[in-house]
Amino acid sequence: MPKITYISNAGVSRTIDVPVGDTVMEGAVQNGVDGIVAECGGNCQCATCHVYVEEKFLALLKPMAEDEDAMLETTASPRKSNSRLSCQLHVTPAFDGLVVHTPPTQQ
Amino acid sequence: MAVVIIGGGQGGFQTAASLRAEGYQEPITLIGDEPGIPYQRPPLSKGFLLGKQEQRHAELRPAAFYETQRIDLVTARATAIDRLARRITLDSGENIEYDTLVLATGARNRMLPHGNVVYLRTLDEAAEIRQRLAIANDVVVIGGGFIGLEVAAAARTLGKQVTVVEGQPRLMARVVAPVVSEYFRSQHEAKGVDVLLNAQLSGITENEALLGGRTRRPADLVIAGIGVEPNIELARDAGLPVGNGITVNEYLQTPDEGIFAIGDCAESPNSYAEGLCRLESVQNAVDQAACVAKIIVGHRAPYGAVPWFWTDQYDIHLQMAGLPMGFDQVVTRGDPESRKFSVFYYRAGKLCAVDSVNRPADHILARKLIGAHAAVSPDQASDESFDLKTAVS
Repeated sequence: MPKITYISNAGVSRTIDVPVGDTVMEGAVQNGVDGIVAECGGNCQCATCHVYVEEKFLALLKPMAEDEDAMLETTASPRKSNSRLSCQLHVTPAFDGLVVHTPPTQQ
Repeated sequence: MAVVIIGGGQGGFQTAASLRAEGYQEPITLIGDEPGIPYQRPPLSKGFLLGKQEQRHAELRPAAFYETQRIDLVTARATAIDRLARRITLDSGENIEYDTLVLATGARNRMLPHGNVVYLRTLDEAAEIRQRLAIANDVVVIGGGFIGLEVAAAARTLGKQVTVVEGQPRLMARVVAPVVSEYFRSQHEAKGVDVLLNAQLSGITENEALLGGRTRRPADLVIAGIGVEPNIELARDAGLPVGNGITVNEYLQTPDEGIFAIGDCAESPNSYAEGLCRLESVQNAVDQAACVAKIIVGHRAPYGAVPWFWTDQYDIHLQMAGLPMGFDQVVTRGDPESRKFSVFYYRAGKLCAVDSVNRPADHILARKLIGAHAAVSPDQASDESFDLKTAVS
């Protein structure tokens, strides 16, 4: 399974094996990674699964759809050029080694 | 200072999770009457039926979360509240004492008098429908609301012959304007769904649904989504006021200050509606839970979140902000022919709700506009050259 590393705002790092097809959000929530809330359950409705993706991995990700782009305008922590909603990132084998940073706050 | 939460759905779960996030250290007991750990319901009528999502995707948190967060999960049905003793009784006979009680008892499906009809609310029910869909050819869906139409879309996507039977003259009539109803009717019909309006189920035979008069449709699976009834009996029997829900004030408190009610089961004052309002939505359950958690830890503020809702049918994403009840004017932004448009609802000249079809940016702005009670005239709303952002201050 692809290994994904989640690094908290405080610098705490956790690496999780996430099944292909699951989302980066699900990998976090199902393994108790702090810093990802996913209040709406992964429906691209709440922007509480916001992550900053390490720049070198951005090219691996599918471009964001209109709804993710709109929802990113409502994040609690500042939106940056590497901001994504982790519920919209479906894991592929190419995600192995992906590193995402969780923001200071989601709400 | 123990908190006991009755109801293991979205609202009950969120109350427990938010209390811990707020730093609450005392015991929390979460009582649910379904087996297993809390899960979210929205996928059950969408990705779960299509086989794109499984139970583990619907679960809100893994089992370990409840241990690490010290949330005591109890699978039981609460049968009585003794307000004087501050104690609830479970169907197991066990009693649990509380200092603060949160009623998140949810709602249950309205039922038809006919047998051989299946309903969708729980994971078990969704699993049964998924199994039966796999071998069904002809599916009849009773009810053209969100649940019925989501199920119809899933069944059609799976290649079934699908009939939708709606008693009203249009789809989703309780919650959207005619232009939105008409758009969804046309889209379902374009996908090959047989949409029958002003129609009612009069009987079911072994392989047919009888729809009054001479109308009948082959049916090897009849699914009804005809609305819900709030679970108010526990509160009512404890002497708490109930109407169309357990009645609470703007702090989501019953007249018994130690007892709150949230989510589908509660009716509360809502500044986006007139009078008391009971809403059935994830947003309402989650935001009311967070509000109550804050109050319990001492941050007392009235509930006032902007209501929003969504439904996904095929590739159509309908997002709704605000409450359109009592609207007297509607304008459309964008052309429904383009498959992307929003509908702005006005009540006495004031913007009260916006429905967005595949226009998520409009929806996000609408949440802000409605929350800010911003002035956007019907002319501005319908004029695509008018930038809605400029109305959000």
